[in-house]
Amino acid sequence: MKEIVVISGKGGTGKTSLVASLAALAERPVLADCDVDAADLHLVLEPEIKHSAEFSGGKTASIQTEKCISCGKCFQLCRFGAVSKDESRQPVYTIEATACEGCGVCSYFCPENAIDFKSSVNGRWFISDTRYGPMVHAKLGIAEENSGKMVSLVRSQAKIIAEKEKLDYILVDGPPGIGCPVIASVTGADAVLVVTEPTVSGQHDLERVVELVRHFKIPAYLCINKFDLNLETSINIEKKAMANGVRLAGRIRYDRSVTFAQVKKLPVVVAIANSPAAQDIRATWDNIMKIINNEECR
Amino acid sequence: MALNLTIAVASGKGGTGKTTVSANLACAAIEAGHNAAYLDCDVEEPNGHLFLKPRISHIYPVGIPVPVVNEEKCTKCGACGEICQYSAIVKISKTVLTFDNMCHGCGGCSLVCPAGAITEKERPIGVIEEGDAGGVSFIHGRLNIGEAMSPPLIKAVRKAGLHGNLTIVDVPPGTSCPVIAAVRGVDYVLLVTEPTPFGLNDLGLALDMLRELGIPGAVVINRSDPEYNHLAHDFCRERGVQILAEIPDERRVAEAYSVGELAYYAVPGYRKIMQQLLTSVEREAIG
Repeated sequence: MKEIVVISGKGGTGKTSLVASLAALAERPVLADCDVDAADLHLVLEPEIKHSAEFSGGKTASIQTEKCISCGKCFQLCRFGAVSKDESRQPVYTIEATACEGCGVCSYFCPENAIDFKSSVNGRWFISDTRYGPMVHAKLGIAEENSGKMVSLVRSQAKIIAEKEKLDYILVDGPPGIGCPVIASVTGADAVLVVTEPTVSGQHDLERVVELVRHFKIPAYLCINKFDLNLETSINIEKKAMANGVRLAGRIRYDRSVTFAQVKKLPVVVAIANSPAAQDIRATWDNIMKIINNEECR
Repeated sequence: MALNLTIAVASGKGGTGKTTVSANLACAAIEAGHNAAYLDCDVEEPNGHLFLKPRISHIYPVGIPVPVVNEEKCTKCGACGEICQYSAIVKISKTVLTFDNMCHGCGGCSLVCPAGAITEKERPIGVIEEGDAGGVSFIHGRLNIGEAMSPPLIKAVRKAGLHGNLTIVDVPPGTSCPVIAAVRGVDYVLLVTEPTPFGLNDLGLALDMLRELGIPGAVVINRSDPEYNHLAHDFCRERGVQILAEIPDERRVAEAYSVGELAYYAVPGYRKIMQQLLTSVEREAIG
């Protein structure tokens, strides 16, 4: 079983559209949407939810007003600015759940034991069926944290399903950036496919994300989306990537069919199978398969 | 009345044009005679500098406080490990281990230690670079590669940008902790979307987040497209949110973007859109 994680550094380079198409090309993969705070893969794959559960990643503090003596200890100790003070009357202290880091310091040191510190529900996660295979996905609650833990949960569930059903591939739709949820998405993966675009931003962000996967020693492959929009930049990107040990897996032409497919809620390889983007995505998948299977022989 | 506004530019979905809108809006602000600041809070992948091309004059590290245990004073009571919610400090048999990259810097362990054996040191997580970009005060943060925790750096960028009478905050994508750290306390948020199902789904999540935080905002449709625009208009009508600007999908804008040019100067017509957007934002945010 191989787990392939699609990330990009920069957002909006086409991760989800690509994963949706790869889902249709891989023979019954397990799909995992790890962009848990702006998940979109479900919009194309239309999962039918089979199992759903609450996710709790940490604790949150809250003040029981009737017990509070307004001593201000919590306000003084909280380093995250989560305790706010209303000074209009006798000071009234409240904790903003969206700012609470879940450290528990306020609750521990409250002289009146007036601060609850309880597990909070940060979102929900789902196991679903799609046309192309089982899918694990999640929805982080509004303005919630712990996205890294949620990503780890989604990946571990996807792995369990792949093992149980003896499926060959797990395709992970990763989040943008290089921070906590990205690190949680890539650590221990078999391969990372980095999708970029030929712009100065795409190039800059690719360099940082490549450094990240090197830091974690994960084999990385490159896919340039809309590569024909700026051939010169595309070639520069390829050269730089190769110099950093990243192999080229594919080039996808700019193609309005991709947006058309998204509006039709279909992977582009299914919506317009002979479109330029669909052809290029098929070639990319063939390359990835070849590379991964060769690596196995070695 | 002197203007004193902080406007955040966010989106939910990545790649919809946050940096384009915020950098070009900063140009409009300067031309309008404002003392403008541009804060790039997308510290994981900052891009604003590629367009504004600032002259950096000041670089300094940002860190979070992590514990240092004085083994001689430590009585191995284990209280530090009990209070820590992040498994960043653990007592194992006769020693106390610290895991700096797990630490959120809450200070609980040093507060709870009865022997006064725990002090703190700064663990660097990134840097802040400040400078001038053609009259715009430029500030951005760069998170160290491999570092998971961006919110403390984002907060430091916000804090560093407390001057200027019009501050524009370029927000990272998503809707979770880094985004909240970037938008908390701003006066108004512009949500940049594209008229596609992905763009609008994530716009919905971003709107939910703003409502939760109680921050007012409006929508900017980027790469507006006659074929799909109705999707965005229907969506915004349903959600009762105003559309403050529509930026047409022009090849010239994409080309300028691809080479790091500001469309404000490079693409005829773009300046006007940004000037109008600035006027609308000021009106909405103050009113």
